[in-house]
Amino acid sequence: MKKWQDNKAWFMVIPVFLVVAVSAILPLMTVVNYSLQDIFGPDQRVFVGIEWYQEALTDPRLHAALKRQLLFSSLVLLIEIPLGILIALMMPKRGWAASLSLVLVALPLLIPWNVIGTIWIIFMRPDIGLLGAAINGLGIPFDHTAAPFDAWVTVLMMEVWHWTPLVVLLAYAGLQAIPEAYFQAARIDGASTWATFRYIQLPKMRGVLTIAVLLRFMDSFLIYAEPFVLTGGGPGNSTTFLSIYLVKLAVGQFDLGPAAAFSMIYFLIALLFCWLFYQALLKVGTGDKS
Amino acid sequence: MKFQKRTIGLIIYFILLLLPIYWMLNMSLRTNADILSVFSFYPQEPTIDNYLKIFTDKSWYSGYLNSIYYVSMNVVISLLTALPAAYAFSRYSFLGDKHLFFWLLTNRMAPPAVFLLPFFQLYSTFGLIDTHFAVALSHCLFNVPLAVWILEGFMSGIPREIDEMAYIDGYSFPRFFLTIFTPLIRTGIGVTAFFCFMFSWVELLLARTLTTTAAKPIAATMTRTVSASGLDWGLLAAAGILTIVPGALVIYFVRNHLAKGFALGRV
Repeated sequence: MKKWQDNKAWFMVIPVFLVVAVSAILPLMTVVNYSLQDIFGPDQRVFVGIEWYQEALTDPRLHAALKRQLLFSSLVLLIEIPLGILIALMMPKRGWAASLSLVLVALPLLIPWNVIGTIWIIFMRPDIGLLGAAINGLGIPFDHTAAPFDAWVTVLMMEVWHWTPLVVLLAYAGLQAIPEAYFQAARIDGASTWATFRYIQLPKMRGVLTIAVLLRFMDSFLIYAEPFVLTGGGPGNSTTFLSIYLVKLAVGQFDLGPAAAFSMIYFLIALLFCWLFYQALLKVGTGDKS
Repeated sequence: MKFQKRTIGLIIYFILLLLPIYWMLNMSLRTNADILSVFSFYPQEPTIDNYLKIFTDKSWYSGYLNSIYYVSMNVVISLLTALPAAYAFSRYSFLGDKHLFFWLLTNRMAPPAVFLLPFFQLYSTFGLIDTHFAVALSHCLFNVPLAVWILEGFMSGIPREIDEMAYIDGYSFPRFFLTIFTPLIRTGIGVTAFFCFMFSWVELLLARTLTTTAAKPIAATMTRTVSASGLDWGLLAAAGILTIVPGALVIYFVRNHLAKGFALGRV
């Protein structure tokens, strides 16, 4: 659809711009301001330039948290995207069963994030939790509060449980948008289930799947509340992801300057990935239209 | 045969999906002493004491009211500002439109942890700390871009000829928008409202930072219980179950349109 060329359309965008700018630009400027100063108290500040940035970039704990974070986000994508597609393929397409499936799938998405953590604390307790007791009952010692590996498995399970539904919803939306005629044509040609998936369903889902990858990557990259409630970043530092480390730094140690510099680096990394994905998305968009 | 395999797979997934929630429901119907002494798959002596406590203790139920209050406010603000903007993005090309759209999306991706302290200072400057409005406004940071994004998809599905016809018939823009265009995209508005509701309802960091007592959300009330000595598991579980209820109600109303919002959304 060709659009009208009119710069007066800006007037309709101004409310959105203002509402978002208040929440986005002013705090961002404050963070930049902090990141360049050493703050001892309300009236005692020293301009230190890029010192905090240098410190943050050479901080081994930051590197460790970043590595942990990238590993976590990659695992999340590798598990959730295929699983989400598989479940979307299994969902009924219409009728009451489709409505029921949609409502059930969406349930975990509607639970406040710290309550998710609470659910999993209750669920994984070796003494009173169903899964914790079941695993220990099988003779495998499992305690997410003591063993780093167990904590990782628990956080990952929680994340998959919580967010795979979003991938399912997106993939399901993409599948629903495919006209029935495509499947009829495939049947006439005698295409196998795999061929139908590979050459019809998967290409048609490309748009929604890219959005799914983008949203899942960003949200897992920013994950905070769930692991914070579940493990508090521990045991040791084994589940201290970037945002948990950042909050520890900013709130726990009152190191405003370094925390702000770290925030900026964090934000820029997130922005870089966002931009790369956005470019990829634009290409996918033009590819579909042709 | 193939149909059956599918169904079985789906049922297994749903059981895994519901198990943690069921376990919380199970706990919420038992007393704390019972939970800690007996391991049981179902409440042997069901009690609703935990729920009664939440409904009668003001520090508990006011948390729910606060959450519902600021979430509704956020949904209204998001929709009111996003509707005209989405119309502009779907109908017009204007200076910097693509950059503006990308900028909006980046806010959807901004780590909230980055903004916590500046947010607190900004809102204290305006004396907004501990008000529902502060939380509603701060949640606009991620909800408004999402609302614009979803609404734009729905609006682009409406042919532009409808706008042109209305203008030829002598409709003014506001009258056209309210009496013709808005009814046409009401599904989109419903879906958008659902997603705004959802993301505002589940957010904790900003809501907790910007409130102390008067506007404290239920999720924050629950963390207070977690840090207190001697956890009351039953009470915590009951509060958790109750946080699912409003969302489940809302999702029931938009269940048939839920998937559409994403399929149409432009990138």
